[in-house]
Amino acid sequence: MSFLGKSRNRRKIKKVLTMSKNQLFIIIIGCGRLGSFLANRLSRDGQNVVIIDINKARFENLSAEFSGFRIEGDATETAVLIQAKINKADAMIAATHEDNVNLMIAQIAKRIYKVPKVMARIFDLKREEIFRRLGIETISPTSIAGDIFLKSLQKVTIRNKTEKIQ
Amino acid sequence: MYFLTRTFLSKGFRVTIINREKAECKWLARMLKATVVHGEGSNIQILEESGAETADAILAVTPNDQDNLVICQLADMCFRVKKTMALVNDPDNEHVFSKLGISAAFSTTRILSSLIEQRTGFENIINLIPISEGKVNVTEVILERDSPVIGKALKDIGFPANSLIASLIRRGDLIIPGGTTILKEGDHLITITTPESIGKAIKILMGDKNS
Repeated sequence: MSFLGKSRNRRKIKKVLTMSKNQLFIIIIGCGRLGSFLANRLSRDGQNVVIIDINKARFENLSAEFSGFRIEGDATETAVLIQAKINKADAMIAATHEDNVNLMIAQIAKRIYKVPKVMARIFDLKREEIFRRLGIETISPTSIAGDIFLKSLQKVTIRNKTEKIQ
Repeated sequence: MYFLTRTFLSKGFRVTIINREKAECKWLARMLKATVVHGEGSNIQILEESGAETADAILAVTPNDQDNLVICQLADMCFRVKKTMALVNDPDNEHVFSKLGISAAFSTTRILSSLIEQRTGFENIINLIPISEGKVNVTEVILERDSPVIGKALKDIGFPANSLIASLIRRGDLIIPGGTTILKEGDHLITITTPESIGKAIKILMGDKNS
């Protein structure tokens, strides 16, 4: 029993020690498809990741590679962000499925806790445009996918109409 | 929402309600002389259709803080609505909202809890209303027989700076007091104080027993 406790302790110490200078401390809000993808990747790449989701079951999206911390809670509550040590974060990504949640958390992180790099996923294009003006870095899956489709369309040549269709 | 709108309408305001529940919209439209728009308040198009451009004030009172924040910010940035007011469900968000530019954020939880604290603390101090995010308090104090200020003129009681006895209700009649007004048992005093001066003001009016 005591041996087990010790080894667990050692692992914990190791984890704290690895929070070194060349490691980014990143907070990710939302553990859906996007949030868990980012968390798994960043954690595998050796970054220090904290992931927050209101629904514990979504942590099942995390892979075995994920070695960061999970917090079950509502990230629009300041207390939850403080628990995640937002004042020490180098970057924060708001990737919940609700635009307004992402916008609110991004603004809290940027304007109140001065997190150097803050990004938010926004589905609504109009809302994205307005909040980008406020200095929030927004990523819109709709416009990104749309741009790629449009770009790809440029390579399409006009089909020879005289060609007979069999 | 219904009672809030009814109160505003009775005071002569023009009200437009935005609600995302269709059934509620129908009911509200039937019950109230207000324009009812079915949709999401944080949708720019819905705000536009509701006439946000001509609105003097917007009040966001959904049960979700994030929605209330974004509704107010959109109203401000897209439609230049002068007054943006939001209900804050998590009391901690009150200062967050004001830092993010909402003209007024109020937490019903905080208002209710301070009311309850006041009522249970002192039976003859009632109706505590915090104004301007709690920087000013309006309090009603009833003078009991053993109050040290009974029989004294207002100017002699040494009321603290930054505080005021705005009005006095004596046997149901409203009196606007002056420095020479003599205080009597059973007077209801409406005081305006700051959180710093309220303790001293109450001590003066009620004596040491309640402090």
